[in-house]
Amino acid sequence: MKRRWNALLWAGFLVVLAAPVTYLTVFVRFPVTRDLPWATLLIFGAGLLLMVFGLRRAFREPQIYRGKISGSIVLTAGVALFGLFLVSIFYTLRQLPPSNGAPRVGQKAPDFTLPDTDGNPVSLSKLFEAEAGGGAGARAALLIFYRGYW
Amino acid sequence: MAISVDPPERNRELCGKQGYTFTFLSDVSSDAIRLYDLVHEKAGPGGTDISRPAEFLIDSQGTVRWANLTDSIAVRARPEQVLKIVDDLKLGGPS
Repeated sequence: MKRRWNALLWAGFLVVLAAPVTYLTVFVRFPVTRDLPWATLLIFGAGLLLMVFGLRRAFREPQIYRGKISGSIVLTAGVALFGLFLVSIFYTLRQLPPSNGAPRVGQKAPDFTLPDTDGNPVSLSKLFEAEAGGGAGARAALLIFYRGYW
Repeated sequence: MAISVDPPERNRELCGKQGYTFTFLSDVSSDAIRLYDLVHEKAGPGGTDISRPAEFLIDSQGTVRWANLTDSIAVRARPEQVLKIVDDLKLGGPS
């Protein structure tokens, strides 16, 4: 009898491949699925589980199911992909400088003067001063050091 | 107010195109990033120095009232979170 194609194994591998793809195209856009990528971790988990079941039946029932060798290879690839994702999210993205000199709560914010779009110098401290035309100065300023689009 | 590392002319083009009317400053030598000790060396495109993501809320006395130096590049302060802090510190509303 011809041995059957191990669909469970390959379906699992497709799910594993979908995990990083859907993270980068969909889940990264929403803070709730980006800050802690729980949805992506679940997809990885589901895919790896399917692959483990597929590989197990390839070894237990080799007369029925194929995939002992190919299954071992794709499961290794799946685990490697999962590992790469974990390292990126929980290690690489957290490699930040210490910034010990950054101003703390209660300290004065360092003042700076930079040119605006017309080349006129503008200071942070000037924002809080009343304007010459009688307009009141700003009550507060939010400085966002922005890096890339999220 | 916004600060970019692009020169003023480039910022003027961007403001014109996007319709921005707020103050848009130019920091070509990353002075503000250095002043706040936020330089992330060689992390930018082509190995350039860029800023780590960070947010500071400053009151009219120039004092930092809230700061967020995130642990992960992917995790930033959310707008609703900042608005709540502005409310809690009573820094919002008309002056």
